[in-house]
Amino acid sequence: MTETSETTDSILAPIIAHYGGDPGNLLQILRDAQEALDWLSPETQGAVARRLDIPVTRVAAVVRFYTHLYDTPRGKYRVLFSHNITDRMAGSPALMAHMLKRLKLKRGVVSDDGLVSVGKTSCTGMCDQGPALLVNNRAITRLTPRRIDEICDLIRARAPLANWPAHYFRVEDNIERADMLLGSAYAPGEALRAAIACGPTGMMAEMRKSNLRGRGGAGFTTAVKWEACRDAKGDERYIVCNADEGEPGTFKDRVLMQSFSERVFEGMAIAGYVTGARKGFVYLRGEYSYLRAPLEAKLSEMRRNRLLGMSICGVPGFDFDIVIHMGAGAYVCGEETALIESLEGKPGLPRIRPPFPVICGYNNQPTVVNNVETLCKVTEVAIHGGLAYAGTGTRQSAGTKIISVSGDVERPGLYEYPFGVRVSQVLDDAGAYDAVAVQISGAAGQCLTPQEFGRRIAFEDVPTSGSFMVFGNTRDLFEAALNYSHFFEHESCGFCTPCRVGTALVARIMEKIHSGHGARYEFNELTRLHQLISTSSHCGLGATATNALQDIMTKFPTVFDRRLIKRDFEPGFDLDAALARAREVSNRDDANAHLAEGVDA
Amino acid sequence: MTDIPNSFNLDGEPIPFEPGQTILQAALNSGHFIPHLCAHPEFKPHGSCKLCIVVVNDRTGASCTMKALPGLEVQSDTPDLNHRRRTLLQMLFVEGNHFCPGCEKSGNCQLQALAYDLEMFNDHFTHFFQPREVDASHPDFFLDRNRCIMCELCVRASRDLDGKTVFGLAGRGRDLHLVVNSASGKLGDSAFAKTDRAARVCPVGAILPKEVGFAKPIGERKYDETPISQLAFTCDWEG
Amino acid sequence: MNVRPPMKKLKVATTSLSGCFGCHMSLLDIDERLLELAKLVEFDRSPITDIKTCGPCDIALIEGAVCNSENVHVLRELRRNCKMLVAVGACAITGGLPAQRNQRDVGEILQRCYVDMPGAQGRVPDDPELPLLLDKVYPINEIVRVDYFIPGCPPSGDALWKYLTDLIGGRMPRLDYQSFRFD
Ligand SMILES: Cc1cc2nc3c(=O)[nH]c(=O)nc-3n(C[C@H](O)[C@H](O)[C@H](O)COP(=O)(O)O)c2cc1C
Ligand code: SF4
Ligand code: SF4
Ligand code: SF4
Ligand code: FES
Repeated sequence: MTETSETTDSILAPIIAHYGGDPGNLLQILRDAQEALDWLSPETQGAVARRLDIPVTRVAAVVRFYTHLYDTPRGKYRVLFSHNITDRMAGSPALMAHMLKRLKLKRGVVSDDGLVSVGKTSCTGMCDQGPALLVNNRAITRLTPRRIDEICDLIRARAPLANWPAHYFRVEDNIERADMLLGSAYAPGEALRAAIACGPTGMMAEMRKSNLRGRGGAGFTTAVKWEACRDAKGDERYIVCNADEGEPGTFKDRVLMQSFSERVFEGMAIAGYVTGARKGFVYLRGEYSYLRAPLEAKLSEMRRNRLLGMSICGVPGFDFDIVIHMGAGAYVCGEETALIESLEGKPGLPRIRPPFPVICGYNNQPTVVNNVETLCKVTEVAIHGGLAYAGTGTRQSAGTKIISVSGDVERPGLYEYPFGVRVSQVLDDAGAYDAVAVQISGAAGQCLTPQEFGRRIAFEDVPTSGSFMVFGNTRDLFEAALNYSHFFEHESCGFCTPCRVGTALVARIMEKIHSGHGARYEFNELTRLHQLISTSSHCGLGATATNALQDIMTKFPTVFDRRLIKRDFEPGFDLDAALARAREVSNRDDANAHLAEGVDA
Repeated sequence: MTDIPNSFNLDGEPIPFEPGQTILQAALNSGHFIPHLCAHPEFKPHGSCKLCIVVVNDRTGASCTMKALPGLEVQSDTPDLNHRRRTLLQMLFVEGNHFCPGCEKSGNCQLQALAYDLEMFNDHFTHFFQPREVDASHPDFFLDRNRCIMCELCVRASRDLDGKTVFGLAGRGRDLHLVVNSASGKLGDSAFAKTDRAARVCPVGAILPKEVGFAKPIGERKYDETPISQLAFTCDWEG
Repeated sequence: MNVRPPMKKLKVATTSLSGCFGCHMSLLDIDERLLELAKLVEFDRSPITDIKTCGPCDIALIEGAVCNSENVHVLRELRRNCKMLVAVGACAITGGLPAQRNQRDVGEILQRCYVDMPGAQGRVPDDPELPLLLDKVYPINEIVRVDYFIPGCPPSGDALWKYLTDLIGGRMPRLDYQSFRFD
């Protein structure tokens, strides 16, 4: 057994006590431990394992799974640039290069004095106000070279984050078009009291009439989910709010959590009322850590106002409370079963389905997982009634939908419309004057051509979890496809073969084409890999990982044609460069010590 | 309810099953082979390797995790599915470092045997050539992570049968790798013993006994003469 | 097996890149069938004929992995001149034994072997005649397009015979289960 230094132990003890010594809180414990200790050394991991009486392999599995947990020393200041395509289009690669140069650093390498490290991270959800970065989990938006210079100075001066100018950390809502949800006033408890007036069965009936469908992507009918949970056998039931929002280009849930959280919480309480659940979780992505304190304050306020806690609104037996759990950098944790694993303090590996969470979810109990926006919509159903709710939108898609718009538009931000709105309308409103493509629903969604801009946003036509990334006529969609391939390679959880290996192979082939070594062969390989990965993977991540790529390959043929410049297969790397190391150690630079690229002359 | 027979069709042949059985279990029990690597009759289904994919009603799924239901039309031995399986095998081969001529498991290895049976002539994809750690710290056994295919059989065996939790997987995506539950991370410092069930469950050559390599001459090894698709019903499922 | 001679004899080239000549030995192992093979094909560049450069050929049999600059030259020459390229054996197909060095940095390996080892010559050879080592050892299909693969380390004489006669006979080459081997 390794010994633990007393300081580590004295730091860990209260953290672990705070979480009741429960291994189910392992992820939360490790997040807090890292906050205090900067990184999670083998010693720290061993100490946590011992105190929780769990195998150290279990601790290691969690630490190695989440990108924002570190098992090697990191700088006091950990800077991560958002690597999403919209941040890149807004100039983030140059800004990162600028910062690396100013700080005399290599990407991902901690400075010699242990002060700072600079790296990349997946989409931070600030696409409407990018380029963005995270410093020690705090988002800084609207980066400019000047701001980068200022940040470098602050870091070198070792200024505590609390003393950095507050406006750096300001995150705007940017609501550009408001409707039912974003445009209505909130009256505390109105929705809850309306639901109580209907009674649990009555409220369920309203839900059924409303035909509300989930906003998280799959569009599952919410009432069906709730009924299944209500009717399932279990000792406890749980309501989980999915605020993981990892889909690149999507940021509507961030705004809802920032400025509309009371509705989310009331929606959760109503779900509890109807299904019989007494406990709810908000699973908030680590990138939105800055929201945690205000959300906790909001929860306390609601408890004081008897909108949460025991006997809600004075109704005996209506007990419901909410706990916030933080993620730590893993897109797959948005998948509902991976999310539940993460809530249980494990790596976010998607479970085998069936059984579905409504039957066997958190701690193997019936669990409803709903998207943030879905839960907001619940309050509308409660207040206006199911039939009124179903009056907006289209036949199969009732109500309004919030769309996060970013990329080449004049007014990036949130746009709320009744379902059925045409893509072109959204583009016009946002000021997308030269759009040649729109990526719908993030990297996992579809890529629309201008010929498709007349289509409608609705489950029966273009379904969306709520994002538009717009590409203007100067953009090279290959860059977007390459970016997505890196995203999925990085975010694949690794559980199943087709996605773990397949996403890595796709990324390699994309890099090969990018570096000018591509031939028709590579194009065919991508098609073949798409067919395998999309059909044979274990969860939705793999199933959708190559969708956008395939769309770009088939709908925008010139994007690839221009890049497939080789007539015949050639290596994916520069052969001459592959001799460099041997040239160096043998001190040679003669003609024989070189190889031309391509076929010999 | 009771008059629906507990039977489904596999490639057109009726397969009887007990309620609760998976498609793979039922198929194997009735003498029909579906390729598989991470499934094992003694352990709960895992569903990670995807070699056992079948098509049911136009949807692909892992037959080791899909419950058998009356009347299902299941396709397994089709050119398309076997092609996909071959591609999955190739993925596993390029991901690890499988140098069969130097591997003591050769001839008795399920990964290799499936590659033979599915006529995998080459690895096809670009090799990752990622260095992986070898652990020879234990007196009786060694770990060669170069050959690990992340099937978690050893993890399940040690946890569920040996009650020791010697093994685990850690990492995400391509970083996924086998870890050992001991302070040093070494097998020699763990509770692992040569009598453990976990010592005899690895389908490939990642967990092997020391000093007994190449015990059987070429030609007499498990899969030398008979394809795994025919042996699966008689062999003892052990490495 | 009886194979009808094709109209015109096929031209075959063979080479060993970074290999042990085991696959070539296996080719000789087809014993008296070698004579029958000679009726079907004519050998161009090959260690069997000692012809060093290759003219236009129908089939090239490649043993060994791609380890250095010379291997690259030879492999490309054969690809250019031959209609069908056949990877023969584990090294050509997967990198095999030579690729076991891929876990280490090539500079470190040269340094260790030529400088640091007791009795080493003290400096890494720098003769311009010597081919330089690549950073890694590559299977041949990562360098050029390859049409066919005959697995084995080495493939048995029977495997080679079956595969080649299928190929020459214009059939989809297959191996019997017993000759399908990676070792
Ligand atoms: C890889 C992956 C990521 C996902 N990410 C999210 C997410 O960030 N937020 C979300 O609400 N749903 C996400 N989902 C969908 C959830 O699994 C689930 O369907 C959803 O939370 C259900 O809520 P709803 O019924 O209200 O839509 C994701 C699914 C997959 C496969
Ligand atoms: S599809 Fe990808 S993310 Fe999903 S389980 Fe498989 S490896 Fe994990
Ligand atoms: S584990 Fe199997 S496939 Fe891998 S090297 Fe050994 S015999 Fe070959
Ligand atoms: S060591 Fe063997 S049994 Fe364990 S996960 Fe790896 S391949 Fe499976
Ligand atoms: S055997 Fe079914 S997924 Fe591995």
